Amino acid sequence: MPHRIEIALVNGVRDPRGERIRREIEHFLHLDVAAVRTVDVYTIDIALSDHELEAAARGPFSDPVIQTWSIDRPLATDFDFAVEVGFRPGVTDNVGRTAREAVSYLAGRAVADGESVYYAVQYLIKCTLNSSDVEKIATGLLCNTLIQRYSVLSAAEFAAAGGFSAYVPKVSGASKAEVREIDLDVSDEELMRISKDGVLALTLDEMKIIQAQYRDAKVLAERQTFGLGTKPTDVELECLAQTWSEHCKHKIFAGTVQYEDENGNKQEIKSLFKSFIQRTTKDVRERMGDKDFCLSVFKDNAGVIKFNDTHSLVFKVETHNSPSALDPYGGALTGIVGVNRDPFGTGIGSKLIFNTDVFCFADPFYSKPLPARLLHPRRIYEGVVEGVEHGGNKSGIPTVNGSLVFDDRFAGKPLVFCGTAGLMPVMVNGLPAHEKSIKPGDLIVMTGGRIGKDGIHGATFSSEELNENSPVTAVQIGDPITQKRMFDFLIRARDKGLYRFITDNGAGGLSSSIGEMAGECGGCRMDLAKAPLKYPGLNPWEILISEAQERMSLAVPPGLIGQFMEMAARFGVEATVLGEFTDSGVFHMLYGEQTVAWLPMAFMHEGLPPMQIPAKWLPPLHIEPLIEEKNDYTDDLKRLLSALNVCSKESVVRRYDHEVQGGSVVKPFTGVANDGPSDAAVVRPILDSFEGVVTAHGICPRFSDIDTYHMTANAVDEALRNYVAVGGSLDLVAGLDNFCWCDPVQSEKTPDGPYKMAQLVRSNQALYDICMAYNLPLISGKDSMKNDFYDGTTKISIPPTLLFSVIGKMDDARKAVTMDVKRPGDIVYLLGKTADELGGSEYLALSGAVGNKVPHVDTVKAYQRYQAYHEAVNQRSVASCHDLSDGGLAVAAAESAFAGGFGMALDLSRVLWKGDVAGKGDCTLLFSESASRHLVTVHPEQREQFEATMSGNCFASIGVVTEEATLAITGLNGVAVVTANLAELKDAWQQTLREL
Amino acid sequence: MKQTRAIVITGNGTNCEMEAAHACRIGGFDEVVIAHIAEILSGEIRLDDFHFLNLTGGFLDGDDLGSAKAQANRLKHAAVSGSGEKLVEQFTRFITDGKLILGVCNGFQLMVKMGMLPGFAGEYLHQTVTLTHNDCGRFQDRWTYLQVDPASPSVFTRGINNGIYLPVRHGEGKFLCDSDATLARLEEGHLAVLRYSDAGYAEAAMEFPANPNGSTNAIAALCDPSGRLMGLMPHPEAFVHYTQHPRWTRENLPEEGDGLILYKNAAEYVRNNLI
Repeated sequence: MPHRIEIALVNGVRDPRGERIRREIEHFLHLDVAAVRTVDVYTIDIALSDHELEAAARGPFSDPVIQTWSIDRPLATDFDFAVEVGFRPGVTDNVGRTAREAVSYLAGRAVADGESVYYAVQYLIKCTLNSSDVEKIATGLLCNTLIQRYSVLSAAEFAAAGGFSAYVPKVSGASKAEVREIDLDVSDEELMRISKDGVLALTLDEMKIIQAQYRDAKVLAERQTFGLGTKPTDVELECLAQTWSEHCKHKIFAGTVQYEDENGNKQEIKSLFKSFIQRTTKDVRERMGDKDFCLSVFKDNAGVIKFNDTHSLVFKVETHNSPSALDPYGGALTGIVGVNRDPFGTGIGSKLIFNTDVFCFADPFYSKPLPARLLHPRRIYEGVVEGVEHGGNKSGIPTVNGSLVFDDRFAGKPLVFCGTAGLMPVMVNGLPAHEKSIKPGDLIVMTGGRIGKDGIHGATFSSEELNENSPVTAVQIGDPITQKRMFDFLIRARDKGLYRFITDNGAGGLSSSIGEMAGECGGCRMDLAKAPLKYPGLNPWEILISEAQERMSLAVPPGLIGQFMEMAARFGVEATVLGEFTDSGVFHMLYGEQTVAWLPMAFMHEGLPPMQIPAKWLPPLHIEPLIEEKNDYTDDLKRLLSALNVCSKESVVRRYDHEVQGGSVVKPFTGVANDGPSDAAVVRPILDSFEGVVTAHGICPRFSDIDTYHMTANAVDEALRNYVAVGGSLDLVAGLDNFCWCDPVQSEKTPDGPYKMAQLVRSNQALYDICMAYNLPLISGKDSMKNDFYDGTTKISIPPTLLFSVIGKMDDARKAVTMDVKRPGDIVYLLGKTADELGGSEYLALSGAVGNKVPHVDTVKAYQRYQAYHEAVNQRSVASCHDLSDGGLAVAAAESAFAGGFGMALDLSRVLWKGDVAGKGDCTLLFSESASRHLVTVHPEQREQFEATMSGNCFASIGVVTEEATLAITGLNGVAVVTANLAELKDAWQQTLREL
Repeated sequence: MKQTRAIVITGNGTNCEMEAAHACRIGGFDEVVIAHIAEILSGEIRLDDFHFLNLTGGFLDGDDLGSAKAQANRLKHAAVSGSGEKLVEQFTRFITDGKLILGVCNGFQLMVKMGMLPGFAGEYLHQTVTLTHNDCGRFQDRWTYLQVDPASPSVFTRGINNGIYLPVRHGEGKFLCDSDATLARLEEGHLAVLRYSDAGYAEAAMEFPANPNGSTNAIAALCDPSGRLMGLMPHPEAFVHYTQHPRWTRENLPEEGDGLILYKNAAEYVRNNLI
């Protein structure tokens, strides 16, 4: 019989968790609640003696200083309603897992399979609300019903029933291990029904290709020798659906595009990926010649570049959008621990040195109605921020860089970008660490977590738009500690040379990881019955495609398997031999003795012809807002500083450990009060060296409303100018592209597909052009192409978004530059010219306008200036530098000034102008978001050297740093246009998200 | 044993082992070993072979049962292979042998929950104080000024003038005692080595953010009456070089960071007393 152990805080001890919930109920649901207290509930479904139960309650489960405990007796007192929230069966329960292990240590014996501990939280609410309000609190805040269950009892019901009864959310179901055959000899309609009902996300063309394969006499004859019939098994069909999913196969980027520009010029593009992204890297590398620093690009889980003679850098950025829309906490947590496995599974493995996060949300204060299935943006914000916090912090990887971007269209799907960099030795055991291989006969080994139904159809689900019926099982919850244990073991196994190949299990689970690995040597034979399961009852196809987390797949030479398994056991890491790699040319799956899938590798990987996608570019025309010149812009500046895209994100950033591992040199916040926003991060990954890794990013989806070509050019430029600002070197810097698009394939649901596809083409064109100009090889990236919400009536498509991340090096991190002004009397320079480019700016957005004059990047001048600036940094003649982006010069000046605690006096008449003077005015000078500009301060004694180093470039001295704590900007006619106290500006900048 | 030897325990969610080992090295230890808990439980590595034990920051077992609770339980109950000895016996022998232990953040939480601190009257396995959720309800990464108690017996903080500046990075750092008597006893013994304070190290701070978690009497660190065992929530290993300081680009700072003195003092103590 299960027992309930309850743990409550003793009277007089504050309950911050309860207090936070109370605040959120008030803030978020606008309901008045007097108090919330919480109780931890452990449901023990393990055969324990009374003595052992008591020891567990007294020992590991409770803290004798502040907590009290009970067994099978409720602790709740003084409340009006009790809400208990626990997980649904099969959902990852990390606390339950740790509790189970603690019981095992305590009892001195292993806990039997099927026995477990389940965790729940009881919220005791003191209020005058009615039960339907409390129900609203339960479903609107405390419980995500997709993965959690809840029950509500009023005080009277609670008393009558003697509290909540023990509930065991165990997955029941006998082991069926069923394999079905699917008849594809059916009509086209029926084929589509099979695809849709099974969440296969296969198109009719794709279904027909599979149909044809199973009509091929030669294929059927071979199948017969393995005891298979003429129809595909569910294992085979599911495996093909994963392998061919948009998520895994990138069909849109691999497709053939018929592109027509605004002048009617037509062009056929065979694969955007090959034509633009891969070609960028190839052409840049060729031009760099012997200065090429790329080691492994596009072929592994992450890109690898040189760092120094002994170490290489590894970097990957991923998205986890669809799961985060359904379960923000679990989705985002899985996003970060998932991307950790990419650099870890690159080459033969790397040590993880930092994370980066960029989130795109709708306004957290959004107050209009939302379609039923969508969670409120505030809930997504809270959940995602917390998920990444737990994933990053618990993994011991510093989160060094990131941003939050707001646009209400992200209510349709939030974007959750998570990046991780790693460091690997150049050579391990005499072999280059960024390479790996598999030999036929090597054993297939899976390590880490067990397989459950979690994450089934994740890959195919994210290849569709979010809709009413999005599958529950597509969500997983990550477990950073299980993964950390595995990494602790594997990095040591790597150094001992105990495996030959490693890769991660992500989207598509074993079907993808083993499918790709089998491609290395030409086949595999694997027994799905050997896979360790979280609970019985999984069918072979589910085992194959489950996306259960914290798993790596390895190829281990048979001679080393004993040592490998022994070491895994010692480190408490589960490792299982599932089969072996072969050169049979076949992906061969067994369940015990029975063959359940037999798929020729050639068909799996090359059986799919490219998709044909139309694209037609018609430049949009927005209303050109009339810019009304004002006498004073101080209020506009304050409003801009408070705007979501500009304001301080400190309340979020401080929740992320950005200093663990000890290498932090430029932190997210800097300046006299540690609260000015840094442009980029500098990290020393090797503590007894001063070589720094620099990382930065650029993202500006708002410009997509005008032209994705310029959106992309500005995003790349923003990333590089942030990178350059802190001191990153242009000799060793590489880029990563993450495309998040709305579905660009024309269909009934997407009639504007050709326009959206043209946006994608233009973005790729810009990517090639600007990366060539900036000598930026692309080393890795990812695309997520179905970021829409559609429930049959409402469609919300995100603005096309490119996150461009850069990673590079500075030889001496002690020369890094931060954005805060340093002392009065320093000269203020503006590098770069300003133009009439308010289109898509934060300034126009204040009044709901878009405009048309999107900033254009002058790459030739910018690159030359960046190089000169870097020289100035190396000479140590720069005191501070801040990039100009959202909000233009006025915002950058305000931020640099209040970060440094000194004022600034600037004169707009000294700012260099580009283009038609008709557009030149105080407003454009202050707020235009023209690209490639930096605001720099220089000590007077360095003036000569700085100006000499910058000579030949566009730059101008526009003012001075002042003792007085005021930002004073003089307009073109010599009269003050901004006069503001720094404390007021800082407050405007900090107040928006301070309480979140 | 002529060499000064430090050990840093890692595994099960410990995160700061690299920088802690680095701090030990530049603090003057001749040899520093990062040992995975699996290597200690298997008997490959014995605590007896070291002078200075580092329990560093991280999220042991995800802090799932409360910070460091699961590891405290593991250390108390797990046996070392091949020796018939429980791991906790190696710990208590380490203490009775007069050696040094420094617990930082999660390591401090572990020491407190095992009962190693404050260690009144040689009782090292009885919990009387705790570290729990910050009053603000959130994890915080921010730098804090720490006023030192010059009368404290701690061997780690000898020679500190006024105070030191270090980052905290925790969600559960609020210090609480089981009774007023415990608090009085540790205050009388000057066991509260460091307190969150104002920037001049003059006044203990009770308000957020100077006091980031709401700790009783602003207590940020604790030592045992012998001064050889110390735990603290802030991270000394995170500030051993000036480039780790959040304002190093605007202030003239010495090469060494404030946290290094703890490791230097440890190395010196070991050299003078244990070899």
